[in-house]
Amino acid sequence: MTFLWAFLVGGFVCMLGQLLILKTNWTPARILVSFVVLGAILQVCQVFEPIKQFAGAGITTPITGFGAGLVKGTFEAIDQFGFLGIFAGGLTAMAAGIGVAIVSGLIIGMIFKSRSK
Amino acid sequence: MNKQEYAEYIKKITPKSKMWGSLARAFLVGGLICLLGEGIGALYKMWLPQYDQTQIGSLVSCTLIFLAAFLTGIGVYDKIGYFAGGGSIVPITGFSNSITSAAMEYRKEGIIFGTCANMFKIAGPVIVVGVAVAMLCGLGYFIVGLFL
Repeated sequence: MTFLWAFLVGGFVCMLGQLLILKTNWTPARILVSFVVLGAILQVCQVFEPIKQFAGAGITTPITGFGAGLVKGTFEAIDQFGFLGIFAGGLTAMAAGIGVAIVSGLIIGMIFKSRSK
Repeated sequence: MNKQEYAEYIKKITPKSKMWGSLARAFLVGGLICLLGEGIGALYKMWLPQYDQTQIGSLVSCTLIFLAAFLTGIGVYDKIGYFAGGGSIVPITGFSNSITSAAMEYRKEGIIFGTCANMFKIAGPVIVVGVAVAMLCGLGYFIVGLFL
C-alpha cells in the first residue's frame, strides 16, 4: 500500500514543481530551493512525519525530504546537545547524501565529457 | 510591441494541451522515481535489518543520488529530463543531476577551477538556503525550549 501512496504523493509533489515551472518560468535552482523550504516548513508544522508514515519515499525522495531532514536533524541535535545542535544538527543528518553527491559528481565529472546540445 | 502585449502573444501561441501533458509526464516520472526509492528502501530493509528507518532513508538517498549522477554521465538523465520536466528536477535525483551536469560542463576549465569550483552552481543555493532555514528553525526551537 505504501508503494501506491509513494507513487501518488511523489508524483503530486513533482507535478506541483512542473506547475511552478509552467506558471512562473523559474529556473531549476529556484524550484529546488522552494521545495527545500516547503519541506522545512512541513517538518516544523509536524505535517511531514504523518505524510511520511503513509507515503514513505513519496515525500522523502523529492527534495522536500532534504529540507525536512535538515530541520529534523537540527531539532534532534538540540534535544541531545543543546546549543551546539543549532549549528551541527542539520548537516550531520544530511551528511551522507551530500557526501555521495559531491564524490559522485566529482568522479562522473572527471570520467564523462559534457555533450554539446 | 510592449512587454504586456508580448506576454499575451506568448500565451496565445502556447498550446493549452501542452500544459496538461507536461503535468501528467511530471507526475508519472516523479512518481516512478519515488516508487523506485520506496522499492530500494524495502530491499535495504530486508538486507540490512540492523539499520533503523532513518539510516535506511539515508542509504536510499545515497543510492538515488549516485544512480542519477551515473545516468547524467552517460547522457540518459537529460533525456528523462526533457520528457519529464519538473518530474526530474524535484526529486533528489534532480539535485544530483544539477551537481553532476555542472561538474561535467566545467571540466574543460580544469578539475580544480572548473569541476570543483562550479559543481555546486545550482545545488549550492539549495544547501545554503536549507541550512539557513534549518538553523533559524533550530534557534526558535532552542529558545522556545528554554522557557518550557
